[in-house]
Amino acid sequence: MRWYRRLYAWIEQRVQLEGPIKEAVFHMTPRSTASWWYVFGSAALTILIVQVLTGILLALSYVPSAGQAWNSLEVLNHQVTLGWFLRALHGWGSNFMVAIVIVHMIQVFLFGAYKFPRELTWIIGVFLLLMTLGMAFSGQVLRFDQDAYWGIGIGAAIMGRVPLMGGQLVHLLLGGPIIAGATLTRFFALHVFVIPGLLLTLVGLHVWLVLKLGVNEWPVPGHIVRRETYLQEYKELAHKDGIPFFPGAFWRDLVFSAAIVLAIVVCAAVFGPFGPTGVPDPTIIQTVPRPDPPFLWLYSLLSLLPPEMETPFLLIAPPIAIVILIALPLVAGVGEKSWHRRPVAVLTVLVLAIGWAALTQLATYTPWSPKMAAWSGAAVPVQFIQKSTPLERQGANVFQYKQCRNCHALGGVGGERGPALDGIATKMTKDQMIRQVIQGGGNMPAFGKNLSPPEVTALVTFLETLHRPNERTAEDVSRAVAEGDQSKKGDLEQGSRY
Amino acid sequence: MHDKLPPTNPRQQQSPAPKEPASRRMFLIKLGVLLNGIVALIIGIPIVRYLLGAARSDNDYLKWIDVGNVDDFKDGETTLINYVNPFADPWDGETRKIPAYVRRVSATDFAVFAVNCAHLNCPVRWFAESQLFMCPCHGGIYYADGSRASGPPPRGLFTYETKIEDGKLFIKAGEMPTLSNQAQLIQEIAPCAGTDGFMPG
Repeated sequence: MRWYRRLYAWIEQRVQLEGPIKEAVFHMTPRSTASWWYVFGSAALTILIVQVLTGILLALSYVPSAGQAWNSLEVLNHQVTLGWFLRALHGWGSNFMVAIVIVHMIQVFLFGAYKFPRELTWIIGVFLLLMTLGMAFSGQVLRFDQDAYWGIGIGAAIMGRVPLMGGQLVHLLLGGPIIAGATLTRFFALHVFVIPGLLLTLVGLHVWLVLKLGVNEWPVPGHIVRRETYLQEYKELAHKDGIPFFPGAFWRDLVFSAAIVLAIVVCAAVFGPFGPTGVPDPTIIQTVPRPDPPFLWLYSLLSLLPPEMETPFLLIAPPIAIVILIALPLVAGVGEKSWHRRPVAVLTVLVLAIGWAALTQLATYTPWSPKMAAWSGAAVPVQFIQKSTPLERQGANVFQYKQCRNCHALGGVGGERGPALDGIATKMTKDQMIRQVIQGGGNMPAFGKNLSPPEVTALVTFLETLHRPNERTAEDVSRAVAEGDQSKKGDLEQGSRY
Repeated sequence: MHDKLPPTNPRQQQSPAPKEPASRRMFLIKLGVLLNGIVALIIGIPIVRYLLGAARSDNDYLKWIDVGNVDDFKDGETTLINYVNPFADPWDGETRKIPAYVRRVSATDFAVFAVNCAHLNCPVRWFAESQLFMCPCHGGIYYADGSRASGPPPRGLFTYETKIEDGKLFIKAGEMPTLSNQAQLIQEIAPCAGTDGFMPG
C-alpha cells in the first residue's frame, strides 16, 4: 500500500468520517434538481468562505480603534502589499453575498421549497438573511469613515424613536453617550465574533437539513404537497428517477460558484475597494452621507414616507416583515408548489422587486436632497437674463444669493427638491409666486423673514420672465374683473365656455 | 500504523455496567444540572450588568461645557463651534470632537443647536444668506431659530441648555441628541411660518 493510502486508513480508522461523507455526497436526488436554478445556495456558501478568509486576512492589518481605524484602512489601501485588493474582495464579496442570498430566497419561495417538510430550513434561512444584512451593516461601520459615522448615527436616531427605553437603547448601541471608540469596538465584536459564530452554526444546520430532507424536487403544477404522502412520494422520486448528487447535480454548483467568485475578483480588480471616504471627524459637516448598496432602498424610503408614518414604519414594519417570513411555511406549508398555480406569490415577488429597484434607483440621484453648492457653483444661465431689465437682473441676483438654486433647477442645473423653474411663469401667477415665496408651503420654507419686499418684488419679476418666448404666462383672469380691464374680461367670458 | 484499536462505538464495547438504581443516577444528574445552573447564574449576572453598563439615564451623560467667550459671538449671527465630549476616551480620535451651532439672539440670549438633523441625525449645514439650515440626507430644512421649515424632520433642531458665567458661554452637553432624550424638552407650536416679523418697508 502506498504511504498516503496507509495514512488515510490510519486517520479514517480513528475519525470514521468516510461513511457519513459518502452518504452525503452520493445521496440520491430527483433528476429534476440537476438544474441551473439550484445553484444559488451553494454559491452563497462559497462566498461565505471567501468572506471568512478575506476577513481574517484584513484583521491582520485592521486596527479596531476609533482613532486609528481610518488610518489603518488607508495603510491597507496604499502601503500593505495588495491590501487594497483584499479590501476590494471583502467589500465586493459582501455585495454579492447579499444579492445571492436574496436571489436564493426568491428561488426557494417561487419553487415552493419552503413547504413540508422543509419549513425549518426556510425559518433558519430567514435568520441567515438577517445575519447577512447584519454583517453588511456592521461591516460598513468597521469601514470607519464619514459614511460609517453618520450611518451609525442614523441607526442611533432610529433606536431613539423607541418609546420609553429609546435613550438606553441608544447608549447600548453606541456603547456610551456618543459615537466613539466604544461604538467601533462593539461593532467589531459583532462583525468578527458574534454574528459570524451564529452565522456559521446556522449555516451548518441549514445544510444538514438540506442533506437530511433532500433537495426540493422541481415543482410540477397540480402536484399537491400533503403531509401524509409527501415523504413517500419524494423517496420514490429520488430513488426511481434519481441520480447521485455527486457528480450529477454537483458539477453545476461547482461551475456557478467558480463563476461568482471570478465575478467578485473581476469587480475587485476593476473597481477597487470601497472607500474609506473622509475621516470620521464629526466636525467636518460638509459631507453627504450615503449608505452601502444593500440599504439604498431604505434611504429612499425614509425620504419619501410622510413624517408621521416614519416612526411606526421604522419600529413596526421590520418585526411584522420578519414574523411574516417566519410564519410563511407554517401557514402555507402544504398545497401547490409550482409558481404556475401561485399568482399571489409571483405578484408579491414582482411588486417587492419593482419597489426595491425603483427606490434603489432613486437613491442614486437623491432628488429630495438639496444640492448644497448649486447656489454658489452654477450661475444663472445667460439665456435667462438676456434682454432683461435691471429689476429682473436684480431678481436673478436674489434668486442666486438666497440659495434658491439648492432646491430649484434652472437650465437643468440645481437641486431637485422643488420643481425646476424654467417655465414657472406659465404655471403660477405673480400673486401665487409672491405668496409661495413669502409663506412657503409644500416642501418650501417661508422666506418672508429673510427677504425684504423690494427683494421679493425683484425676485418675482425675474421669475415672471421664466417662460419660452411664444408661451403665454399664467394669469389670474378674475383679477381682470376686479380691476375692470375690458380686454381681459373678454378672455374670462371665453374661458367660461370651456 | 497497523495497531489494532478497540472499537470506538460504545455499543460495540463489551462493558457490563454495574446495575445501579436509575433513581440514584438521575439524582446525581439533577444535582449536576443544579450546580451548573447556580454557577451560570453567578457568572451570568455580572455579564449582563457588564453588557448593560453603557445604558444610563440621560442626566448621567450631561455636563456643563465651556464653549467660548460670550463676546466672540456677534448678535444675530450663527456660528459653528466644536467642543470635546466630556466622556471621551484617549482612543476616540477625532470622534471626541462634537460640533454645534451657536446663535446669539441678543446680548444675553443664546440658542445652541445640535448639528444633528432631528430626522435621522445627519449633519445640517447653515446658510447665512437664506438664513436656513439644510440637511444633505433627506432634505430636512430648518429656520434660523431652529424651528422646522420643511421636509421629513418631526420637530425643530435639538437644542442644548445654556448658561453664561464670567463672560463665558456654557452648554449642557455630552450625549448624542435623539428623539428620546430631547423630544420632551421643546413643546413648540410652529408659528405661521414667515408671517411674524415681516415688516413692510
